[in-house]
Amino acid sequence: MSPTPSRGPGGPGAPRGPHGPRMMGKRPAVEHPWRALRRLLAYILRRYKVHCALAVVMIFIHTAATVAGNLFLKTLIDDYIAPFLTQAAPDFAPLLRQLALMALVFLSGVLSVLIQNQLMVSVSQGTLRDLRCDLFRHMESLPLRYFDTNAHGDIMSVYTNDIDTLRQMISQSLPQLISSAVTIASVLASMLALSLPLTGLSLLMVGLMILAIRKLTGASGGHFVAQQKNLGAVNGYIEEMIEGQKVVKVFCREEKNIETFNRLNDALYESADKAHGFANILMPVMSNLGNLSYVVVAAAGGALAVGGVGGFTLGSLAAFLQFNRSFSQPITQISQQFNSIIMALAGAQRVFALLDEKPEQDGGTYRLVNARQSAGLLRECQERTGQWAWKSPEGKLIPLRGDVRFENVDFGYTPEKQVLKQISLFAKPGQKIAFVGATGAGKTTITNLINRFYDIDQGRILYDGIPVSQICKESLRRSLGIVLQDTKLFTGTVMENIRYGRLDATDEEVTAAARLANADAFIQQLPKGYQTMLSGDGGSLSQGQRQLLAIARAAVADPPVLILDEATSSIDTRTEQIVQEGMDNLMQDRTVFVIAHRLSTIHNSNAIMVLENGRIIERGDHEELIAQKGQYYQLYTGKFELA
Amino acid sequence: MLKPLLAQVKEFKRSSILAPVFMVLEVLMELAIPLMMSSIIDDGVNRGDMGHVCRVGALMACMALLSLSFGAASGRLAARASSGFARNLRRSMFANIQTFAFSNLDKYSTSGLITRMTTDVTNVQNAYQMILRMCVRAPVMLICALFMAVSINARLSLIFLAAIPFLALCLALITKNAHSAFLQVFRRYDDLNASVQENLGAIRVVKSYVRESHESDKFQQACDQVYRLFVKAERTLAFNAPVMQFTMYSCVLMLSWLGAKSIVAGSLTTGQLMSLFSYVMNILMSLMMLSMVFVMITMARASADRIVEVLQETPDLKEDSAPLTQVKDGSIRFDHATMRYHAGGKPALRDISLTIASGETLGVIGGTGSSKSTLVQLIPRLYEAAEGQVLVGGQDVRRYDLQALRSQVAMVLQKNTLFSGTIRENLLWGNERASQQQIEEACKAAQAHDFIQAMPQGYDTMIEQGGTNVSGGQKQRLCLARALLKNPKILILDDSTSAVDMRTDSLIRQGLAESLPDATKIVIAQRISSVQHCDHILVLNNGEAEAYGTHEQLLEESPIYREVYLSQQKGADEQ
Repeated sequence: MSPTPSRGPGGPGAPRGPHGPRMMGKRPAVEHPWRALRRLLAYILRRYKVHCALAVVMIFIHTAATVAGNLFLKTLIDDYIAPFLTQAAPDFAPLLRQLALMALVFLSGVLSVLIQNQLMVSVSQGTLRDLRCDLFRHMESLPLRYFDTNAHGDIMSVYTNDIDTLRQMISQSLPQLISSAVTIASVLASMLALSLPLTGLSLLMVGLMILAIRKLTGASGGHFVAQQKNLGAVNGYIEEMIEGQKVVKVFCREEKNIETFNRLNDALYESADKAHGFANILMPVMSNLGNLSYVVVAAAGGALAVGGVGGFTLGSLAAFLQFNRSFSQPITQISQQFNSIIMALAGAQRVFALLDEKPEQDGGTYRLVNARQSAGLLRECQERTGQWAWKSPEGKLIPLRGDVRFENVDFGYTPEKQVLKQISLFAKPGQKIAFVGATGAGKTTITNLINRFYDIDQGRILYDGIPVSQICKESLRRSLGIVLQDTKLFTGTVMENIRYGRLDATDEEVTAAARLANADAFIQQLPKGYQTMLSGDGGSLSQGQRQLLAIARAAVADPPVLILDEATSSIDTRTEQIVQEGMDNLMQDRTVFVIAHRLSTIHNSNAIMVLENGRIIERGDHEELIAQKGQYYQLYTGKFELA
Repeated sequence: MLKPLLAQVKEFKRSSILAPVFMVLEVLMELAIPLMMSSIIDDGVNRGDMGHVCRVGALMACMALLSLSFGAASGRLAARASSGFARNLRRSMFANIQTFAFSNLDKYSTSGLITRMTTDVTNVQNAYQMILRMCVRAPVMLICALFMAVSINARLSLIFLAAIPFLALCLALITKNAHSAFLQVFRRYDDLNASVQENLGAIRVVKSYVRESHESDKFQQACDQVYRLFVKAERTLAFNAPVMQFTMYSCVLMLSWLGAKSIVAGSLTTGQLMSLFSYVMNILMSLMMLSMVFVMITMARASADRIVEVLQETPDLKEDSAPLTQVKDGSIRFDHATMRYHAGGKPALRDISLTIASGETLGVIGGTGSSKSTLVQLIPRLYEAAEGQVLVGGQDVRRYDLQALRSQVAMVLQKNTLFSGTIRENLLWGNERASQQQIEEACKAAQAHDFIQAMPQGYDTMIEQGGTNVSGGQKQRLCLARALLKNPKILILDDSTSAVDMRTDSLIRQGLAESLPDATKIVIAQRISSVQHCDHILVLNNGEAEAYGTHEQLLEESPIYREVYLSQQKGADEQ
């Protein structure tokens, strides 16, 4: 008897979430499987040393119980039943005692399986929780460059596919590997004790099985890789075409798309068919090779027993035959886990690769603190006063005024392509600075440098006289409010989305901010007002409404410096007029950087920078630029000439 | 529920039937093998009859080989049937989605449709394979093993009468609890992944507001919740193995005791006892397998339901039985058209009557939410008017073959999409047979030629999925060029130059006038300057036609139009 410590269906094995498996394809399989395994084990042991040690003990007890159960059959037949047959009035009492003893052994076996399984649930789920949280926390600390250069689908797949494969590996494959190894070792020892020649014969058969496994897993492995790749292609195509379904309709591309899809889908079918075909064949092949091994051993053992060679008894043969079965079973099991272990290690490698990404470097030492002016002296304080100061590492306070200067700044997202060239500009406290220029001229890039989303290659950016590279990023960004062109909303209520700007804002402050941004009116009309749940990036709201929420979010944050990147591009001009009032209130006494292509929104700026190909080609206020009759004049008047 | 799903098995019916048949044969062989084993011991070894051992051994080896072939055949066929079934499901769903009208699409979220076609299909595929293999194997194994056991010794088999109900009850309880727990887990788990995705998209906002640790804390909470639910579900499930072992060991102990007595009494042989031990394993394992299959099937059921929903969705647009295939000209007429997104709901457009002559240019102006997009989407019949009618080329749009109608109406949507592939491939969507010269002309008109030329690979530059490697303004111009290549009778621009700067915008307008001089053009815009020179301008307000006329007329007659005009004009007048 060798019951397998099977864990049942084990829940969600299939990848979930919209991002199907896209691994394998571009990425290599496992380069250093042992390194990945070592690191994974170290990660598990970091928190679950005791759990794991206990589980291993349980595996030993359980395996010992299984072996004892097998040996018991020999004892039963040789020591009890066979003698009974020769006795006239057999005494059953010793057998009863033996059975009671076995009952205890079996019970300990059952209990150890129970405990082991419960322990491993904690270990596997706990490890996965830690991994997820570590991944997320680390991901949040990565620089924007990482998100620019890695497809979001690939990052997603680390959370879904890779973690899922690890789940199976930790909770099933690892314990199975250990218990299989222990079983094999102990069964081997028992077999050796029973009969050396028969053991040799069994091992020969096992060699045959291993050969078959290698052949079959080798064949299916390649197809599994192909399947993953094709699945990735099919999922990618589905994603893209369903995302763009409305465009497909407008261009009548349905037929053509079905054709392409069928081609990808058929390729997936071909590889899935072969991969699963080989995998499915493995089980019957293994179990019947086991059966063959049984026959061979039975014939050979029968001959030994009949001949009575070396005291080999019928009971020994019965027991040996059981061992023979217990021996091939764990090998079959390991072989079945083989594919999933390889997949899991590949997953672990990707998880660790993400954890190894370098986080955003800070290096800033100046911090933003609340300040209060008392007796002509600036003092740091805890509560919000509406007044801020920069605190130098030495503890000196510099009042935050919102003075931003660029000195000969050069920048490129990649070393090959310079996006900004020799940018110099200044924004005095409370000034409104506008950037105008064609798409791709570098307007957004400038704002990305102020808040250190990216670090500059050459030159200096000074904020109240402090180089921004010396200001700690968190403080720097807290002092800047940004409204981006592409509004992003979070799952949660409207209230929560606005409060994102400042987490300790009261409900009244939130509604006040919404009124300021002119968002209050439409929010009131939503089914549940401010408590309306938004999901899927606020898909139910129009672009314009989303922008109004983003403006309200910035308003509630109440930052000293504001950056508005096409913040009103999707709001119609009538609404914008109304928002403008609120915006003007919002911009009061703040340094503001505005990017807009509607010149009407920027003509009252203190200074307008006209950008072309990463250079400032004109600067000045509206009147000066009109008087210059340059690019700006062209743009501005062109509107009326060409329309 | 099952019928539409099973209809997709199609050409894999044969495999689907043969796989279980072979499985039954394999199980029969597998069950016969323990009989051989006991015969080897009882009649061969015990009597010292080596000839018998060899004869039965040879027979058993043959059966093992047969069992292997049957098992392999069954596994092979089951793999084919389930992969094929999954292929057919994906194929039919995709084909059906292609027939969906916009209103059908609105019913499902994009990610919902994607999940149905990927994860849900995979779940059903796995369940189907499991059913083909295990659903036959387990019951057959159970019944046959029980039969064999009874035929060996009916009295001893009574043990199973107690063991089977006990195990079945325990497994049923575990399964039931685990199932509901897992359903909860899945929902939370999906939420968890959704929040990762949300954060990936909004990373700039997160970083701007320094909310990294806030988001991480939120995520941690969600993780903890998933952890608790997962642990609860798996803890329940983890009882399976111990319960199973407990039952099995109990049977073994009882068999040992009663078996020994029977052997002594002469009603059982040693070999038969050995066979009974084997059957204990077989019977209990098949019960266990059944419980696993049951869990899998119930989990896949939710997926199956979601798939069937898509398969059974019928397109909201009905095609005329004898459709028109030619669009005469680019004239458009709205005749008291009213449109609702939901039957019985508030009308998005109310009683619109409007005539646009072929070749005319119409501008449409209106505030956020005034249904400008809805209006133009009625023209290529992306949505349908609930009341009244829309005529193109003098005929009701419902009378046209959809493809014929849409090939003559080019529309640049507000939320536009480029697809992965080269720029050229994307442009060819407009006209597959377009020559390089035609492509360049369209791109020049859309002011896209210059920036395409400036790219390292020019027209062969790869566009990433979703067009993430071109700027918003470039994307809009490419989409415009793609529409121009259709050389349509009607061109609709739905606020499609919003990310383009003012100068380029006016150049585009010139380009359009030159490249498509005869096409009817409808321009939705927020800037008056974009529509000012149109032949007529329609002012929409809350789904109703507020005013209609030329720029000059509207300036005099429409207060809304005047207000918008003045707000945009302000800067210019000041100087």
